[in-house]
Amino acid sequence: MRPFKLWQQAAIAAKVFIQRDYTNGTVCQFQTKFPSELETRIDKQQFEETVRMLNNLYAEAEKLGSHSYIEGCLACLTAYTVFLCMETHYEKVLKKIAKYVQEQNDKVYAPRGLLLTDPIERGLRVIEVTIFEERSLTR
Amino acid sequence: MHLGVSESMRECEYSQISTRSSTPMETPFKKKIPKKRKWESFPGRNKFYCDGRIMMAKQTGVFYLTLVLILVTCGLFFTFDCPFLAEHLTPVIPVVGGVLFVFVLGTLLRTSFSDPGVLPRATPDEAADLERQIDVANGSTGYRPPPRTKEVVINGQTVKLKYCFTCKIFRPPRASHCSLCDNCVERFDHHCPWVGNCVGRRNYRFFYMFILSLSFLTIFIFAFVITHIILRSHRGGFLNALKDSPVVVCFFSVWSIVGLSGFHTYLISSNQTTNEDIKGSWSSKRGKDNYNPYSHGNIVTNCCAALCGPLPPSLIDRRGFVYLDTPQLAPPTNGITVYGSTQSQQSHMAAATPLLQQQSSEPVIITASPENGGALPSRTSLGLGGPCTSLPLGQPTPATSTASLSCQESTDIRPLQDQVAHHHFLTPEDLPSPPGMLPCNTPLGHSHTVQAGFYNPASQDSLHEDSVRGLVKLSSV
Repeated sequence: MRPFKLWQQAAIAAKVFIQRDYTNGTVCQFQTKFPSELETRIDKQQFEETVRMLNNLYAEAEKLGSHSYIEGCLACLTAYTVFLCMETHYEKVLKKIAKYVQEQNDKVYAPRGLLLTDPIERGLRVIEVTIFEERSLTR
Repeated sequence: MHLGVSESMRECEYSQISTRSSTPMETPFKKKIPKKRKWESFPGRNKFYCDGRIMMAKQTGVFYLTLVLILVTCGLFFTFDCPFLAEHLTPVIPVVGGVLFVFVLGTLLRTSFSDPGVLPRATPDEAADLERQIDVANGSTGYRPPPRTKEVVINGQTVKLKYCFTCKIFRPPRASHCSLCDNCVERFDHHCPWVGNCVGRRNYRFFYMFILSLSFLTIFIFAFVITHIILRSHRGGFLNALKDSPVVVCFFSVWSIVGLSGFHTYLISSNQTTNEDIKGSWSSKRGKDNYNPYSHGNIVTNCCAALCGPLPPSLIDRRGFVYLDTPQLAPPTNGITVYGSTQSQQSHMAAATPLLQQQSSEPVIITASPENGGALPSRTSLGLGGPCTSLPLGQPTPATSTASLSCQESTDIRPLQDQVAHHHFLTPEDLPSPPGMLPCNTPLGHSHTVQAGFYNPASQDSLHEDSVRGLVKLSSV
């Protein structure tokens, strides 16, 4: 946790925004293209793996299948009161995503002076990657 | 050694003062300020009730009319017709009527009070980033830059993504900006004054169930009122029976509501929005190869997806707290964007990103230190310029508005003629899209390719240091 705390006090060098990829329609997917600003900081494979994992998670949230239909029908029959006690499938997956982003930040990005912002905090428009300056590494 | 350590400590402190990340991390030195919820500083023209739980459009007069009409009609039915029918036919009638009535009210309230799928506006960083990419793509900054569009190929169809000047984002496909609510809404269908809200991705199914159940309810009431009148007129006078019945209201409602339900059933089965249907976006009249790329192929899947698909959560965290570290621009002025007009505007946007070299005389937006957090945003928002309405940029395309008017006449959905003019069945504010699009359309939806050629970290470091020092000087004033 220590390296992450240092980054809080560090100066922001830049912010990179990974935009949405609409080639498959309106489903939430992000572009996997590796931004050049991160070339010096992180491995391309590692980064693309993170984005791909996020894309898979969002696809799981919006998947149309028997599970979502049953949930939809049940909700309709109970006049949507069932969601007072239960979380929607989408919300459950969003929690999973938040945990994944937190975990990636702790393990992979913070040690490299980067910070991923959960896309839900940006209205699912972008993945914001904050690049911190190198200088505050001294202890 | 000791000196070395203190120097580095000083360095750490120095960078702590100068810039702040926009993550919601609170400094230990912050004063206790009463927390505000995000809905209180929401930039759109919406009304919030119950501490942000309920969200409606600004004009809710017609919604109350809808409520009154439904309540009065059902009230009259239950008071005057039901006792007679329960006694002479079956008591199931009032029960079924009651269930339908509760369902109609429930879906109406759900449609009216929920977030239709509003897209939150871009943060200053994002907006600046997009601006930079567009400027690079454009080359020179003319007095009036061409409207920004991006082309994306979705399932074989080329779709144009338009840039929203108010929200400072490229709208996702099927999203549209509602001029009444001043928000971009996902999968925008239309703004319905009868429910007092926009109809979009998150409340379309409730809207559909509302009009469907209302159709059943009005047909039900109409049928049984007629039955009542017929039965009564066998006994007593026909006119006597008529005066106690809500026939007139029902008569007009039946045709309009049933018509509307039928129309939306068609839209759902073909996975189109009212907006797309009116514009004829996927009509075969536009071209032989024109088809709807969002359709799942068959009617059943389309219906299931629209009505029983996963319900996405609200993207605008209404009840979340505003963290004062994150600079929030003042709501009314936030949506104002002046493009290509003045040099100062350019320097504002440029200064917002520490990447660029311009040293602005005014403090930047993103890196406001907590003490100056209040002062900075207001100054920059003033700099962003005057009334948005005077700018000739955001004009609705004449073609679409006339098309929508003619559509209104042909379908004749609304019973009250004086409401037609106000009814926002019209397409919302649309940016004009002349043939002159961005020349960088070949990189399509990958705006990143534009960015790639622009930012060069190595050369920026020393310059960035200077700009950071400049910020420190200003923030300590």
